[in-house]
Amino acid sequence: MDKKVGVYICSGCEIGKNLDIEKLNQIATEQNVTICKNHSSLCSVEGFDLINNDIQQKNLDRIIIAACSPRVKTEVFDFPENVLLERTNIREQVAWCMEPGEEDTQMAAEDYLRMSITKVTNTEIPKPFIAENISSDILVVGGGITGITAAIDGTKAGYKVYIIEKEEKLGGWLNKLHKQIPYAAPYDELINPEIEDKLKELEKLDKVQIHTSTTIKEISGQPGQFDVHLLNGKEEKITVGSIVTATGWQPYNANKLSHLGYGKPNILTNVEFEEFVKNNTNKELPKNILFIQCAGSRDKNHLPYCSSFCCGTSLKQAKYIRDLSPDSNVFIVYKDIRTLGLYEEFYKKVQKDDQIFFTKGEIEKVIPEKNNISVQVKDTLIGDDISLSVDMIVLATGMVPNGTEDLNLSYRLGKGLPELKYNFSDSHFICFPYETRRTGIYTAGCLRAPMDIASSKSDASGAILKAIQTIEATKRGESVHPRSGDKSYPDLFMDRCTDCKRCTEECPFGSYDENEKGTPLPNPNRCRRCGICLGSCPERVINFTDYSINSISAMIKSVEVPDEFEEKPRILVFVCENDAYPAIDMAGQKGLKYSPYVRVISVRCLGSINKVWISDALSKGFDGILQIGCKPGDDYQCHFIHGSELTETRGENIQETLETMMLEPERIKTEFVEITDFEKIPQIINDYVEEIELIGSNPFKEL
Amino acid sequence: MDKTQKPVLIIGGGISGVTTVVEIAEVGKEVILIEKMPYLGGNVVKFNNYFPKLCPPTCGLEINFRRIKQNPKIKYFTSSEVQEISGKKGNFKVKIKTSPQYIKNNCTACGKCAEVCPEERPDNFNYGFTKTKAAYLPHEMAFPFKYQIDDEYCKKESCNKCVEACEYNAIDLSAKEEITELEVSSIVTATGWESYDASKIENLNYSDSKNIITNVEFERFIASNGVNENKLLRLTDNTEPKKVAFVQCAGSRDENHLPYCSAVCCSASLKHALTIQELYPTTEVKIFYIDMRVSGRNEDFLIKVQENKNIELVKGKVGKITEVENNNLILEAEDILSGKKIKYEAEMVVLATGIVPSEIKLNLNTNENQFISDTQIEGIIPVACSKKPMDVSSSVKDATAAAVKAIQ
Repeated sequence: MDKKVGVYICSGCEIGKNLDIEKLNQIATEQNVTICKNHSSLCSVEGFDLINNDIQQKNLDRIIIAACSPRVKTEVFDFPENVLLERTNIREQVAWCMEPGEEDTQMAAEDYLRMSITKVTNTEIPKPFIAENISSDILVVGGGITGITAAIDGTKAGYKVYIIEKEEKLGGWLNKLHKQIPYAAPYDELINPEIEDKLKELEKLDKVQIHTSTTIKEISGQPGQFDVHLLNGKEEKITVGSIVTATGWQPYNANKLSHLGYGKPNILTNVEFEEFVKNNTNKELPKNILFIQCAGSRDKNHLPYCSSFCCGTSLKQAKYIRDLSPDSNVFIVYKDIRTLGLYEEFYKKVQKDDQIFFTKGEIEKVIPEKNNISVQVKDTLIGDDISLSVDMIVLATGMVPNGTEDLNLSYRLGKGLPELKYNFSDSHFICFPYETRRTGIYTAGCLRAPMDIASSKSDASGAILKAIQTIEATKRGESVHPRSGDKSYPDLFMDRCTDCKRCTEECPFGSYDENEKGTPLPNPNRCRRCGICLGSCPERVINFTDYSINSISAMIKSVEVPDEFEEKPRILVFVCENDAYPAIDMAGQKGLKYSPYVRVISVRCLGSINKVWISDALSKGFDGILQIGCKPGDDYQCHFIHGSELTETRGENIQETLETMMLEPERIKTEFVEITDFEKIPQIINDYVEEIELIGSNPFKEL
Repeated sequence: MDKTQKPVLIIGGGISGVTTVVEIAEVGKEVILIEKMPYLGGNVVKFNNYFPKLCPPTCGLEINFRRIKQNPKIKYFTSSEVQEISGKKGNFKVKIKTSPQYIKNNCTACGKCAEVCPEERPDNFNYGFTKTKAAYLPHEMAFPFKYQIDDEYCKKESCNKCVEACEYNAIDLSAKEEITELEVSSIVTATGWESYDASKIENLNYSDSKNIITNVEFERFIASNGVNENKLLRLTDNTEPKKVAFVQCAGSRDENHLPYCSAVCCSASLKHALTIQELYPTTEVKIFYIDMRVSGRNEDFLIKVQENKNIELVKGKVGKITEVENNNLILEAEDILSGKKIKYEAEMVVLATGIVPSEIKLNLNTNENQFISDTQIEGIIPVACSKKPMDVSSSVKDATAAAVKAIQ
């Protein structure tokens, strides 16, 4: 072969004891590799030197290390960049989890070695896609505190930032604040709104370009090359590398809160009250004021969620009233006072004021009378229902996200970003709050979740970091999270494309645009390398240089499937590299044993499994195919959003394939696991092997 | 970008520190991570699951560890602590102390050392409720993936069994503490938190009743790789409790203990209640609380709990817990809604203890509650729970925010 393959088989960690290394050497030799050597500890300095010297002296360009899992000793096997490295996992997934010394265990190791040799000979080292004219500038949409903070931090990190705001001036809601809650002890005094200082800081930075009274007509392109058409009387085009959108929130429509008296005199929302105080600083306020918390929040008829800021805001506004007049009385009716974290200390300070009365309760009735408003409250802490007579009511109304449609993306999958429940454009992942389904476009602030000023600022800084990171990764031709650093990208062989649109519809990240005919127009910089498009394509048009239809098909075909009479079934197991593969590894580490009839192939996501691999496996004589991936559903754990779910929608199609092959539907099965489910792995595998043994041998075996 | 720029130092390898590290490295800058434990992942790696998705923390950590393994911009020191910081932004000098590395990096994690080790140690990963050998793997997913030797319990050269058993010459029982000096451009303190010492809340009787555990201990009790492998068992008799009570604000929002709200304990107890229901659908759970503090869309999570007929939320502060016969526990509380004093007999009690900042021996400004203040000399950036209590998602956001400050 023209490729120079070196195979190195480790005999350490029980591998040499549990497997016949000499026979493995023979397999390698039969496959005509350039060199095959053994060592008792390849991860030692001597082991590494052995391989590295061969690379130098024999010009090896492909190295197979048959030893431990690729998840360990990653840092040790650091070879020159032009060497393609394949790790054949015969420790965790053979020697440690199958009966030592048995023929079936040996056969598994031999197959894995064949598969690896086949894989490297059908794979190239990816050459990154590096577009020309990559812009290092960042667009920040929305000029409230979140957008301003993002712009300041981006600029300070050395990047030019365009900040656009649809209103005439920057500042957003903070312009309307009278005072703010203090950030630090002693929490006695309210602080002046920080917006003026922030604006001064922003204006001093020369790498910021401010566009007020500006909207977006259209955004097209991809990370590194977003063309943004701005509208400000005239049209103007700018090009940016990435985008942070922070278009904020609106107060909940109080007109829907007539049951709380809204619409009647002296019944205001918290936003209206804030403006009233700001604009009437020296004017006296009414003496008896009631705050109704969760007005329209935590209410299934209105906003089911908690708006997070309203408890703090009412405490602050209560202080306005009390600071102005010593004989005023404030009543606060709440469900729970939610001053999380250090804000508790502010709550405590407010509570010390005897003329601020707190009670948990539900508002039964609000009756405006001639000179006052009477309010009936039930389910209070004192047990009885109470009546209050007040001069003014402030409804602590919640926040509604503004949405992202204003971005006007020219993407096939829509103008805005996908939204989670209640229209917030947040990440679904707890560990990865900046996960975005439109690569290079990050949301920040109340667009993502209800939050206060401090959280919005922190969120803004994080979002701008991600925007910077996308630009730098794009310059290197690398993917961003979760396959960070991956230099491969989908390569489309358009001659065979039938414009079926499956790839453009199924890509979770909107990587593909479409022309009028429906032909996919790939945007490699938007790609996150999950391979879902590869899995979707019925014409096998889409491939990555290091992950292709052909390379996996060839691996499947390289397995030696014993004939029916040997009674050794073969099960192909596709496992997602993210959670299922580590779980299988850990089963091995724990010494849990499972059937040696399985052959595991790691995939980028279950969604990347192409139907042709399944028919190839069945034609080859595999008796069953098991797919193990991350959990789908509302609380999905799939790292590529709907990759696992696609196994279900595509399942029907695959069942048709089985039908045309006259095969039982059970020959394909999908299981979902969590990474911690390693104890369950043997049972999942063994139960399936048993199920297949009952069905009997695949009739295609002999063909 | 400035090629001569020194790396950024991150102190603390929990979820926040790990996040800051990978986020900076993926911008293309050099970073150094210091972690005092022999493994990364901090507190969250001990958790059974996260709220509100009830998903395992190791899922996200696996991805982050992969990002660390493959990124040459990242260097990390485990079992290490920062001893001294001097200098200023752009040019800090930092002294790192690494405790003796008896097991070297060429450990293959084959496990032979633990097999032959005759000594045992309390497993601090499980808060001492289980034991491991003195040569041990911290946990299944430990990163770096190598065995450790507990200095305190190992008999060293006088035993030497592990040295003889190791086929890779990976053990050196004469290893010494090492000092490394680093030059860094800026410093992120991601030193995190510890659980408040429940024995200080005397009226809740934690020290004397084995069936009273804390919320962090609960995580290890119920974890699949924990004390009882996905089972909740009482320590006194190994039975599954039929009635479990949660005591919110155990030490938090209390002038005698922690004056602040720890921000995560309400959601954590809701998560625990649901986890119990998943495993034992007939077990009765009562949660005693002052205010139920979840926020944002996590309200749905609260509703899910409220809809579960076996979980009851009782607004009331528990004043006293007494152990009675059968090692059951009587909780005395005031039901604030009805005004009545209530007594409840539970078979197990979980104290929702709060967050205290981890002790740091560095000369940094702290606030009255020992959290690291936002105001430091330029170039030192506190992050997440080192500066105030927050949940995982907020910590990760804040850790990403710290990354941009650190590269300015």
